[in-house]
Amino acid sequence: MKGRIHSFQSLGTVDGPGIRNVVFMQGCPLRCACCHNPDTWDFNGGEEIEGDKLIEKIFRFRSYFGSDGGVTVSGGEPLCQAEFLTELFSGLKNAGINTALDTSGCIYNEQVEKLLKYTDLVLLDYKYAHAEDYLRYTKCDIKKVDLFISELEKKNIPVWIRRVIIPGLNDDESSMLQLKSLREKYTCIKKIELLPFRKLCIEKYQSLGISFPFEDIPEASKEKTEKLEAEFLG
Amino acid sequence: MYFEQWNGFNGGNWTENIDVRDFIDKNYTPYTGDGSFLAPATERTKKALAELERLKKLEQERGGVLSVDTTTVSSLCNYKPGYLCDEDIIVGMQTDEPLKRGVNPFGGIRMARSACEAYGYKLSDKIEEYFRYRTTHNDGVFRIYTDEMKAARHCALLTGLPDAYGRGRIIGDYRRIALYGIDKLIEEKKKDKQKAGENFMDVDNIRLLEELYQQINFLNLLKEMASMYGFDISKPASNAKEAIQWTYFGYLAANKEQNGAAMSFGRTSTFFDIYIERDLKNGVLDESGAQELMDDLVLKLRCARHLRTPEYNELFGGDPMWITESIGGMSLNHKTLVTKNSFRVLNTLYNLGPAPEPNLTVLWSNALPGGFKKFCAKISIDTDSIQYENDDLMRPRFGDDYAIACCVSAMKVGKQMQFFGARTNLAKLLLLSINGGVDNVFGTHIGPQMGPIQDEYLDYKKVMERFTVYLEWLCRLYVNTMNCIHYMHDKYAYEKTQMALHDTDVERLMAFGVAGLSVITDSLSAIKFAKVRPIKDENGIIVDFETEGDFPKYGNDDNRADEIAQELLVMVHNELKKTPAYKGAIHTLSALTITSNVMYGKKTGATPDGRKKGEPFAPGANPMHNRETNGALASLNSVSKLPYSSASDGISNTFSIIPDALGKDEENRIANLVTMLDGYFANDAHHINVNVMNRETLMDAYDHPENYPNLTIRVSGYAVNFVKLSREQQREVIKRTFHEAM
Repeated sequence: MKGRIHSFQSLGTVDGPGIRNVVFMQGCPLRCACCHNPDTWDFNGGEEIEGDKLIEKIFRFRSYFGSDGGVTVSGGEPLCQAEFLTELFSGLKNAGINTALDTSGCIYNEQVEKLLKYTDLVLLDYKYAHAEDYLRYTKCDIKKVDLFISELEKKNIPVWIRRVIIPGLNDDESSMLQLKSLREKYTCIKKIELLPFRKLCIEKYQSLGISFPFEDIPEASKEKTEKLEAEFLG
Repeated sequence: MYFEQWNGFNGGNWTENIDVRDFIDKNYTPYTGDGSFLAPATERTKKALAELERLKKLEQERGGVLSVDTTTVSSLCNYKPGYLCDEDIIVGMQTDEPLKRGVNPFGGIRMARSACEAYGYKLSDKIEEYFRYRTTHNDGVFRIYTDEMKAARHCALLTGLPDAYGRGRIIGDYRRIALYGIDKLIEEKKKDKQKAGENFMDVDNIRLLEELYQQINFLNLLKEMASMYGFDISKPASNAKEAIQWTYFGYLAANKEQNGAAMSFGRTSTFFDIYIERDLKNGVLDESGAQELMDDLVLKLRCARHLRTPEYNELFGGDPMWITESIGGMSLNHKTLVTKNSFRVLNTLYNLGPAPEPNLTVLWSNALPGGFKKFCAKISIDTDSIQYENDDLMRPRFGDDYAIACCVSAMKVGKQMQFFGARTNLAKLLLLSINGGVDNVFGTHIGPQMGPIQDEYLDYKKVMERFTVYLEWLCRLYVNTMNCIHYMHDKYAYEKTQMALHDTDVERLMAFGVAGLSVITDSLSAIKFAKVRPIKDENGIIVDFETEGDFPKYGNDDNRADEIAQELLVMVHNELKKTPAYKGAIHTLSALTITSNVMYGKKTGATPDGRKKGEPFAPGANPMHNRETNGALASLNSVSKLPYSSASDGISNTFSIIPDALGKDEENRIANLVTMLDGYFANDAHHINVNVMNRETLMDAYDHPENYPNLTIRVSGYAVNFVKLSREQQREVIKRTFHEAM
């Protein structure tokens, strides 16, 4: 079947282990204020591609995956195209290629359940610690994310929790302690990555003619995320 | 034969015949560990380095040339001994003072004269007078160049021809001096001469006899040169220091004799390791001492200089020497050729800081030890000073004792030599075909005269038909031009020292080259897949193009475009082979531009791919700047499709990536770079330059060169000090694709 993708990046080294192809899916139901890919929101944007064509394309990069690498599907929200991705991931798994899903975890249904059968790793973008922030800054109910993670726990699928550290919004002690308690609660969580908030996406917003809600928030430094990691998660 | 200097070595064919490969094979100690054994620079090394840094600074302040000896013709024994400092361990300077340049008018007196003048010197009357009665290589070539050859040269269809300077690219097997001593080498050459004397005296044999006479003569001079420094190199080297010294003397002599464009060093580090291991075992050397030897050798190599004209620098920016040293690789017995000394030579980039020379080239094999792979990747990330070439691709063709000349040209050391063939501009040839024999930049009428294509839109089939005709014409002209050049180079500027360090029965390669591969590929793709409307000037010459619609571009792993590039290399190589090459040389081909991609672009009109008149080409086999939309690996995949079988002189690819795109920390970056190199070379790619840096660094260096005296970057097949490039070349480097997706 056909899927709708925003773009294909052949060299990805920061979305999962090793060297990975990253497929950015088109379309997202959330509107996260910190989103750095607003051009992937529109469900009608991007381009359509047949699943087998995409698999064929990915196969051409197999020599680069080494022992750790593979394919990460990001977005947009990949879970919105779970059926297409099930076809993609099952094809990749058949060929022994590692699959990772970079998601907000905001959708859980039968189709997603199928997809998870072929998923080796989930990169879960757990954006805020508290329900009110979640709703306010992503338009998403935090319960959906918690449901998603508990399903992953049941299925024993390894998870890397990722959080973009936005100064003043989720870098406080209670937010960090929530991450820590998550890790204590779920054995499927193998890693927590804190990513510094950056504003490289401003140009994208400008070219789309929409305002970037966090324009006035300062960027976070790598030193800061490293310090938080050491203090709370080390 | 036996020499006491060989005590402790395992014997083999090498003790009966000149066979350095066999000596290495029987005696080296593979090393599969990591770099933790390495020693830092000694105090002495630091002092010597400080002196070189001082001189380099002065050189830069004086416009790029420290000083010139305008009264001496450069040769082996024409200068008093020179030293970098009082405590030199390895000795020998090209002239009597470090960084002072000699003049070498054998390639061409005009070149020597104008090079002096460019830096405020005047070639002495004595030399002018002497060369009034002596034919130079350049004189010889121009005596016989046809009008057509001159025209092709004038309109830059053929460029960078080695017709006014040393052709270079020949690597003497300098190790032979250390292993056998000069006397033994002379003895062998005398035997060869004796034997040749029994042949029928045709032109080839007579020439061979004279060449052998010259080789023997210069081996004697080499011995004399060493004795001026207080060394007797008639016998083999007896320890590591001597082995390095003897070998370096050979290289030094070659550099005094020849101002070849690329004066490569060979494949020496594992050879030296055998001597170092023996000394370590005998307790006469420790690790610090071993590193100090290699550091000092590299310091001496970093002192090498030739006097060039500004026009030359436009082609080969940054004052390069291509002192290429090939490191690592695997043996034919599937053992790694990596030794501890492979690490030591790379470690000089830490002990002495990053630098373009020597041009350290790692022969990469999937089977290399992991510790070495990681060490190399770390060095790339830290210094941007090394390049990688595919040993698994070259070993089947060249065995396990080949080395790289210049950037990407493999040759069996001491057994093959090369006639350097510069390159032809394929993008220009396409424009010439479309215009039916008129160059639209210079107005030159050249080649078959058919007049410009009259169609409203260019038709792919028709364009290819024409292009084929022009390619046939050009390739014949190109080979013939090379034949003229190399005949005259042999006649008037024969490489006596270097050829004395080859087998007499040497195999010859003639290395042709193409520039503008990605430009012509994308242009043909535009003609094939989009609509290209030619635009004529008032004289009816096509000078520009309007391209409607999108088309596949080389660099995106899209076969529609990539196949065009593949076919072009095959076509060019096949056409070249139709015209026999001088001395029975084998035709080879490269996709390599050095920094001349800027100059080529300048002299080429607008192309159907949307490149404007005068805009730089991409270097080597690189895709055009910023046309890659699928990321770095897609770009690498496109390049790796180019057939090495048609371009066995090398396919150069320069790859720049920002650190953050390679991984989030050092450990990941190293692991990812290793995986990337493994993947790239597993796809039969040939070469890659790796730069791991931010564009901002280059932009800052462009604005504040004084803050970046040692900023080194890889360009097409070599490394340069960024600040030594011309402003134009710097801008081009900054404009290039930096893979930065995260």
